[in-house]
Amino acid sequence: MNARRNAWLVNGALALCAALVLFPLFWMLSVSFMQPGEADNLPPPMLPLHPTLDNYRELFAHAGMGRYFANSLIISTAITLLSLVCNTLAGYAFAKLRFAGREKLFGTLIGALVIPAQVAMLPLFLLLKYVGLINTYGAVILPAMASVFGIFLVRQYARGLPGELLEAARVDGAGELRIFVQIVLPLLKPILVTLAVFTFLTAWNDFMWPLIALTGQQHYTLPVGLASLSREHVQDSGLMMAGAVVTVIPVLVLFLALQRYYLRGLLLGSVKG
Amino acid sequence: MCLGGTVRNAMNRASSAWLFLTPALLVLGVFFLLPVLAGLGLSLTDYDLYALADIRNLRFVGLANYWELLHRPLFWDALGHTLYFVIVGVPLSMLASLGTALLLNSQAAKLKPLFRTALFAPVVTTVVAVAVIWRYLFNPQSGVVNFVLTHLGIGPIDWLGDPHWAMPMIILFAVWKNFGYNMIILLAGLHAIPADLYEAARIDGASKWRQFRHITLPALAPILLMVGILTVSGYFQLFAEPYVITEGGPLQSTVSVLYLMYNEGFKWWNMGTASAVAFLLFLVMFAATALLWRFGGGRGEAA
Repeated sequence: MNARRNAWLVNGALALCAALVLFPLFWMLSVSFMQPGEADNLPPPMLPLHPTLDNYRELFAHAGMGRYFANSLIISTAITLLSLVCNTLAGYAFAKLRFAGREKLFGTLIGALVIPAQVAMLPLFLLLKYVGLINTYGAVILPAMASVFGIFLVRQYARGLPGELLEAARVDGAGELRIFVQIVLPLLKPILVTLAVFTFLTAWNDFMWPLIALTGQQHYTLPVGLASLSREHVQDSGLMMAGAVVTVIPVLVLFLALQRYYLRGLLLGSVKG
Repeated sequence: MCLGGTVRNAMNRASSAWLFLTPALLVLGVFFLLPVLAGLGLSLTDYDLYALADIRNLRFVGLANYWELLHRPLFWDALGHTLYFVIVGVPLSMLASLGTALLLNSQAAKLKPLFRTALFAPVVTTVVAVAVIWRYLFNPQSGVVNFVLTHLGIGPIDWLGDPHWAMPMIILFAVWKNFGYNMIILLAGLHAIPADLYEAARIDGASKWRQFRHITLPALAPILLMVGILTVSGYFQLFAEPYVITEGGPLQSTVSVLYLMYNEGFKWWNMGTASAVAFLLFLVMFAATALLWRFGGGRGEAA
């Protein structure tokens, strides 16, 4: 009897929490299909009376959302691919190749994690300005091509690879690069998927640096474009919610599809090695 | 000859190791390490709009930027708002993470994967996009939140216009957006606690609360400390939320340290002052996390 009451309590509490947590996302979706001004009615409507795609049409036809979407996609994809190369090479080297000063160098990198990224932002802006890269895709892509977190993640995983396998290949006279491409990479595949999902989501959601580095509308990413739109169209809740949907849905779908990989990265990244 | 081969092999490996490291180290060096060091130098200059136009206008001013900031009320206000956000926001987030992790870990819980995904969903969403939602939900006139509160006999609260309520609203946002992250880590920590510990406690007749107090909490302590420190340093970097939801207002009540840095640097082009703000934030963050580490570490040893 007591156990049954307990089960009700636990599941009731979980359902309540889930409903509260999901409500803002549900509301966003619902309002994005409403007529102009409909969401301002009292009591606040939960579902659109006459669902319409007008907000989405307006967004892509007049608010430049298509452009922002393409920019976000290009930048996030480029960052994901390039940083995957840099981080995998470095992470593997830290895990499996012996060289003088390895632990010290790795320790320094981990130590650098205490420095918040914003400390570098002002000089980085000036540096990129002097070489003419401000307000180009490169301004956002280049600094994100490697990350300590990514290197750390690959290293943690690569340390578990069987050393005998690599040793055998070396005895057979294979070069280090060939060993990496033909033996190591296929074994690292799970962690590469994890890192790719993580990097893509981070790049897609990033706000402060793109806001600083992309000064012209033609290069805005979705978050930057949305923030700027929301200052112009404060009254237009339907339009803004459609913009939020367009921004959030791709990452939500990606997460739902590859949840297992994402959560593994989260746990691996938080457990100290 | 065999020995010579091994040595050559090892040297080969070392040189290819550096080859493998070069791309990443180059990126981190040029786009992070170098700017950090340059930032320190920048904070000692009066780099402003004139210097941006012509570098010959640049002057070395020593610690004047720091001195000036420490005498400016807005800097202390920004630091105060940020500390408020951290001191109230982090414990609330941790409580939400721990509470939901305990619920999900309960044997009575059904549909665990579904609930876990639902509770985690806000973490992967885009801050700017969900912050925009918040602005409408907490709209004093037409927002859903005030509608519900008035029916419960509370409010209406002027979330966006009253300086006392803007920061609590942003804290609620941050808790909602972030608690799922730590929830997953704590859940993994709960899974790792051996079940026979609880079994033994039950046989001894220990209540649920005593089990939590004497088994769960001590076992989770190291994870709680680590997660707490990470959350603290994350919350010190408050920027996008006030930028989108309140634009720093009302009456600058939600201007955070980073918001101040952004305005100084990229609105007024006082890059020297802005760099000093960034380093002061770094200093405060470092002190806060070091203090937590010390405090938490000492307690961990005693337990």
